[in-house]
Formats: sequence, structure tokens, C-alpha cells
Amino acid sequence: MNTLADLFVTFAKIGTFTFGGGYAMISLIENNCVEQKNWITHDEMMNVAVIAESTPGPIAINAATYVGYKMGGLAGAVAATLGIVMPSFLIIFALSSWLDQFLGITWVASAFRGVRMAVGILILDAAVTMIRKMQKKPLPRAIMLCSCAAMMLINLFSWRFSSISLMLIAGAVSLSVFWIKAAPAQKGGADQ
Amino acid sequence: MICFDLFLGFLRVGLFAFGGAYGAIPLIRDVVLAYGWLSDEMLAAMIAVSESTPGPIMVNLATYIGNSQAGLPGAALATLAVILPSFVIILLIMIALKTLLKNPYVQAVLRGVKPCVTGVVLATGIYMILNNCFGLKGGFSPDWRSIVLSAVLGAVMFGSKAVLKKKTSPIVLIMVSAVLGVMAYGI
Repeated sequence: MNTLADLFVTFAKIGTFTFGGGYAMISLIENNCVEQKNWITHDEMMNVAVIAESTPGPIAINAATYVGYKMGGLAGAVAATLGIVMPSFLIIFALSSWLDQFLGITWVASAFRGVRMAVGILILDAAVTMIRKMQKKPLPRAIMLCSCAAMMLINLFSWRFSSISLMLIAGAVSLSVFWIKAAPAQKGGADQ
Repeated sequence: MICFDLFLGFLRVGLFAFGGAYGAIPLIRDVVLAYGWLSDEMLAAMIAVSESTPGPIMVNLATYIGNSQAGLPGAALATLAVILPSFVIILLIMIALKTLLKNPYVQAVLRGVKPCVTGVVLATGIYMILNNCFGLKGGFSPDWRSIVLSAVLGAVMFGSKAVLKKKTSPIVLIMVSAVLGVMAYGI
């Protein structure tokens, strides 16, 4: 099969069979791209996971773009990324018009009131997992607590202050601390 | 115009969505509440639908919100916008900036951004639970059924990890909550 078509079909398959996204996808991508197709090595896959940790966006998109570009250049990257997005796009698109009517049924509305509680718990659980993975140092802890408090206030008082601004401030604080720590060492070196 | 807003709104989400699917939820919440595209209740319902359907949650939410606001073009634009930043960044890293992520200044910025995302997600989770239980928006009005439901679901999620050493899958928790919801709020 043509490489581009193969990339598209393989990633469409991965996109169809992973629920919940995120790390569930990593194992399926590993299974398809490393073990079956030999498109990338296990080490490269680990590398993709590391890059995904430090770049924005869904990890599945990162992996698809990486593998696609390696196998087929820019066209390959587009084919693989379209492949992984297409199934969820089509499924949600087909569901959405029907979903609004479905939510209008009384017992379904009751079920979704219950589901709302579950979503709160799921988000809390995601935060707990992220806290466990965080570096156990004073600065990240302080940034985490300040951001949490700030976001809480923003939510409670419906302030128009986006969480993106908080992220930019946190990045700037961390960069400044890095500069201040590095500066005396460099100066000392230059004087001598 | 709405299409332009959808594109810009989801481009911002895609550009700042560090920390996986749940890291993106506070950002999506910001955008949809600011534009009035979805209520908190509808967003929670859609997060659950996205968890229960295949594919990345961010893509699912972008497609749904885009479609609900502007049909097929809206869905396509919102979805394109949410994936575009990660697509471009990975290409840049592979083609030109192989050492970008190893740069000490980039590392320093990321060391600040990641704990901030964690804090924002924590606050969003706590706020959503409190809002479900006590109705923070529009006055303090505790709802006993919601409090009991949240406590039970929290015990299932965090208890299963402690007792059975196995995490409850999100889909199982969502199904349990749907059954409990029907029991608590009626048919």
C-alpha cells in the first residue's frame, strides 16, 4: 500500500479504538507503529512521549505528526494527523444533532445530572495524578498553590481573567527565578 | 464572524493545552463561558460524552462546540484550530529546532507553566464539585442529593485506588453516575 494511505488508515484505526484519549492512545500507537509496522523504534516512541509532555495539544496529535513526518515528510504528517482526527470528528458530528434531542428526555437529563458529579470527580482525580508527578520542590509547589488559589477566586467571582494569563505569569516567574539564580554565578566567573 | 471566533478561541486552547486532556478543560471552559457557547452544565455533559467516545477529548469538544455554533464549517474550523498548534510545533521541533526543548530558558519557562496547569486543573475540579453540591452560581443552595452522589462517586474513584490498587476507569465511573443520577433525580 502507498505510504500516505497506509499512514492515514493506520492512524484512523488508532483514532477509532481509543476511548478517553491521552495515554490510552500511547500504547495503541506503540503497538501499531513500533511492533507491527516498524515505522519508529521504541526509543523514538519514548522520545515522542517526552516531547508531548512539554508541548501543548493532544498527545495523539503529537505522535501522529511525528510518525507521519518521519515516514512521508509534510504530506505524511498531514495524512497521519487527519487519520487520527477523522474518526472522532465524524462520530461527534453525527452524534451532536441527535444529542441535543436526547438530552431533552427527562430520565436522560437525570442521568446527566449524575454524570456531572462524575466529571467533577474525574477532573479532581486528574489534578491529583498531576500533583503526584510534580517535582517535589518549593518553587513548583508554590506556583501550583498560588495558581490554584487564583483560579478559585477567578471562578468564584467570575473575573474576566483567563487561565492562559496565569500560565504566562507562572512561566515568567519561573524564568526570572532561573535568571536570578544563574546571574551571580556568571558575574563571579567574569570577575575572576 | 462566529467562525472566526471559533477558530481563534480554539487556537488559543490548542496553543496552551499543556498537561493532556484535563489540562485543556479549564481553557475550553474559559473560552465557552466567555463567548456564551455552552453552560457549565452542558460542558460537563459534553466532557462525559467525549470520555465515552473515541479520540482525543479536546478534538471531540472542538467538533461538538463548532457544530453547535456554526454547523459543519464551524466544526471543521474549531477542530483544525485545536490541532494546528501541536502539529506545527512538532514539525518545527523535527525540522529546525531539534534542541528547542533542551534549551535551559525554555526548560525554565516550562518548569513554571506545568505546576500552574496542575493548580488550575485542581481549582477547576474543586470548583465544579462545590458548584454541583452547593450551587455557588446564583446563591448558596446546598443540594443533598448532589452532595451524597459526589461523596459516593469520590469514594468509588479514590477508594478503589486505595483498596483494590486498581483505578476505576472514567467510563465505568460515568456509567455508575448515570445510573445513580436516574435513581436520585427520577425518571
